[in-house]
Amino acid sequence: MANKHEIVEKNIGWLAILSIIAISFGTLVEITPLMFMKDTTEPVDGLKPYTALEMEGRDVYIKEGCVGCHSQMIRPFRSETERYGHYSVAGESVWEHPFLWGSKRTGPDLARVGGRYSDDWHRVHLIDPRAVVPESIMPAYPWLEENVLDGKLTEKKIRVFKEQFGVPYTDEDVATASASVKGKTEMDALIAYLQTLGTAFK
Amino acid sequence: MSTFWSLWVAILSISCLVLVFGILYWNMQNYTGVEEGKSMGHEFDGIEELNNPLPAWWTKMFWATAVWAVYYLIAYPGLGNYAGILDWTSSNQGLKSVAESKAATQAGIDNGLHVQYDQEVVKANEKFGPIFEKFAKQDIVALAKNEDALEIGQRLFLQNCSQCHGSDARGGEGFPNLTDNDWLYGGSPEKIKESLLIGRKAAMPGWEATLGEDGVKQVTAYVISLSGREVDSALAAAGEAKYGMCAACHGADGKGSLAHNLPFGAPDLTDNIWLYGGSERAITETIKHGRNGVMPAWKEILGEDKVHIISAYVYSLSNK
Repeated sequence: MANKHEIVEKNIGWLAILSIIAISFGTLVEITPLMFMKDTTEPVDGLKPYTALEMEGRDVYIKEGCVGCHSQMIRPFRSETERYGHYSVAGESVWEHPFLWGSKRTGPDLARVGGRYSDDWHRVHLIDPRAVVPESIMPAYPWLEENVLDGKLTEKKIRVFKEQFGVPYTDEDVATASASVKGKTEMDALIAYLQTLGTAFK
Repeated sequence: MSTFWSLWVAILSISCLVLVFGILYWNMQNYTGVEEGKSMGHEFDGIEELNNPLPAWWTKMFWATAVWAVYYLIAYPGLGNYAGILDWTSSNQGLKSVAESKAATQAGIDNGLHVQYDQEVVKANEKFGPIFEKFAKQDIVALAKNEDALEIGQRLFLQNCSQCHGSDARGGEGFPNLTDNDWLYGGSPEKIKESLLIGRKAAMPGWEATLGEDGVKQVTAYVISLSGREVDSALAAAGEAKYGMCAACHGADGKGSLAHNLPFGAPDLTDNIWLYGGSERAITETIKHGRNGVMPAWKEILGEDKVHIISAYVYSLSNK
């Protein structure tokens, strides 16, 4: 055959295989090493695993789609660090599965929102953002105050993080997980989660 | 990065580049055995495929990007641990604490500053540092009359404080009004700055269990009477008898902890200014469940120089 191209052009199997090889270079170079590098696998000095309540709060954050408008990734630009604090570092996210860095920045970045506002402020703000920030376009989440956690899956969640992801939880953490969140509202959980964000890096 | 992964990245990147050059070169040859511009010998519905070369604009762009890639990998850190001849990096890597970050920045400055983020910060510090330094030396009362300082202070306030205290600083339910010269922890320049630097934690306990339903009603009536409003006098008298436990923080006269030089932040109950609302219902709620207002600490977040300027702005709001 004079035209060797034809093998690829006329055989969909070869086209797929060669395409995958071509695009896998990026993955192999840019992603694979990160799974084995100390920079990206070792926690920062102050990192603590989420408590059961914070873990539930994190799931509320995921459920309500907060990541759709709020990033948790302060980039190393002075314009961002002036507003939010020190840029995010890899060691802060080693126990995040999945991470919630986000990339849609409609609202402010939340990577270091922990400790910036009082619990009461968060409560008022989540029930009705306009009550404290009249210019806000954030939706209200009043049901968080009404939804009560039953803790059914909490123990399982903590166990998965301990056993599958290697997050250093103790057996006691796993055993007490469900009881410690039972009866708390989604609001309590979300606020507990928000108040920890970014506080490990100090 | 370990040597293995460094080599992994370098070898894969370079072979990818070689492959790209190879494919491009290969595709620029005419290996079809058909003269350029002539038919390839097949047609569908009257449309013939001609043996045309790759478009020149496209080929040149492809070459340009490939050549750029070579330059990039020589100049910038792309090949594993190789730092690139420009020794450039966007930010310091592998940080485990703020202390390490500061040390890395200092080391970067000493070594001629190749970290882009640090460059930005140093440049900004050169520009704004002297201004903040000048203001940091002046005392807050003087600063509160300085238009430039107040402008900066207002900017900082809008960015960091307005979320609770409002963009007009008039506060809201549970968040103090900063313009009315009514203070919980003191309105002197020093006290304002202290509130900003280390934050405040109010702790009013709930009295529902101790007082019971009737007790709460009575104390509520007495508290309302303190600011001169009319209430059922029998109820208020009964409340006054139970007011003793409130007096520990709010003072026997109800004028609040500040009037008695105490640091609790317990509000004056006689001035008809209400942090959580002055209606009977709101006061009942406060007495039943308590209130725990928190002002976060800003020293670590903003640094003392900026807090100093914000303090001056806040001070100016009620000291025109």
